[in-house]
Amino acid sequence: MKLKHLEYQLSSVQPFRNPKILLEQYVTPPHIAACMLHHIQSEHEDISSKIVADLGCGAGCLTIGTATLAASMVYGFEIDVDALSIFQDNIQEFELSNIEAIQCDVKKIPRRFEKMFDTVIMNPPFGTKHNAGIDLEFLKIGVNLASNAVYSLHKSSTRNYVKNMGKIWEKK
Amino acid sequence: MKLLTHNMLTSKCLKGVSVGYPLGINATEVTTSVVDFDPEFISRLIPKLEWHALKQASDIIGEKGYLPEALIADYENNEEFLKKVHHALLEIEVVSGNLVCPETGRSFPINNGIPNMLLNEDEV
Repeated sequence: MKLKHLEYQLSSVQPFRNPKILLEQYVTPPHIAACMLHHIQSEHEDISSKIVADLGCGAGCLTIGTATLAASMVYGFEIDVDALSIFQDNIQEFELSNIEAIQCDVKKIPRRFEKMFDTVIMNPPFGTKHNAGIDLEFLKIGVNLASNAVYSLHKSSTRNYVKNMGKIWEKK
Repeated sequence: MKLLTHNMLTSKCLKGVSVGYPLGINATEVTTSVVDFDPEFISRLIPKLEWHALKQASDIIGEKGYLPEALIADYENNEEFLKKVHHALLEIEVVSGNLVCPETGRSFPINNGIPNMLLNEDEV
């Protein structure tokens, strides 16, 4: 699928109605979501025919984009019931049957899911609202859940820190 | 909620629960959907499953006896078997009902196909 086409599709995903600041519910803009997913598939082939998890899926922009790019199955994990209700509306609108959602705290995903996913994607909370470190916590969980690759969006000011943590985890 | 999801979920994060698996299922609404069949994907999933839990869930929610008691040998090359597993895992959907912790009886509601595994602070 062409990048432009994917972005066009994702522009019809409904965003949060009343974003909750404490949960850092920022919408992943369709352009960024489309670029990210298109890159993951065209450069690394980590979506099509894979089982993928989206941590903190919110209204589901990345989840739906992943399902559209022919993932075998995509799991969206989300704590907030209001976000999930929009998520559900969006899935029905797109008529996708390769999506599952679970309402839970990402930090409490059962251990049976470890290494179950080929690929983990996320636009995590950045840890700027009295929750410092949550971005790295999400990333660490992603690394545990994925057997192959984790793709995550971060604040560019934290780039070096994230890189270093990656090296430390690699050694463990 | 697909039975694949049921096969992965546990209630182990509840205080005092040691295994929390498999969760019981009470379904009030079940539907079936059509999902593209990919034999290679199903073959890849099978080693990650608890067969007994899938078989039990399929007996309760789907058709009793649809899946065999035990996983068959050489399943990668048995398309008929893989199609059955595909149907049980991905095409049967619990729209509403409850998942039940086998140790405490704590019930987790399923609404609109989404299981709610959130816990109260005093349960952790």
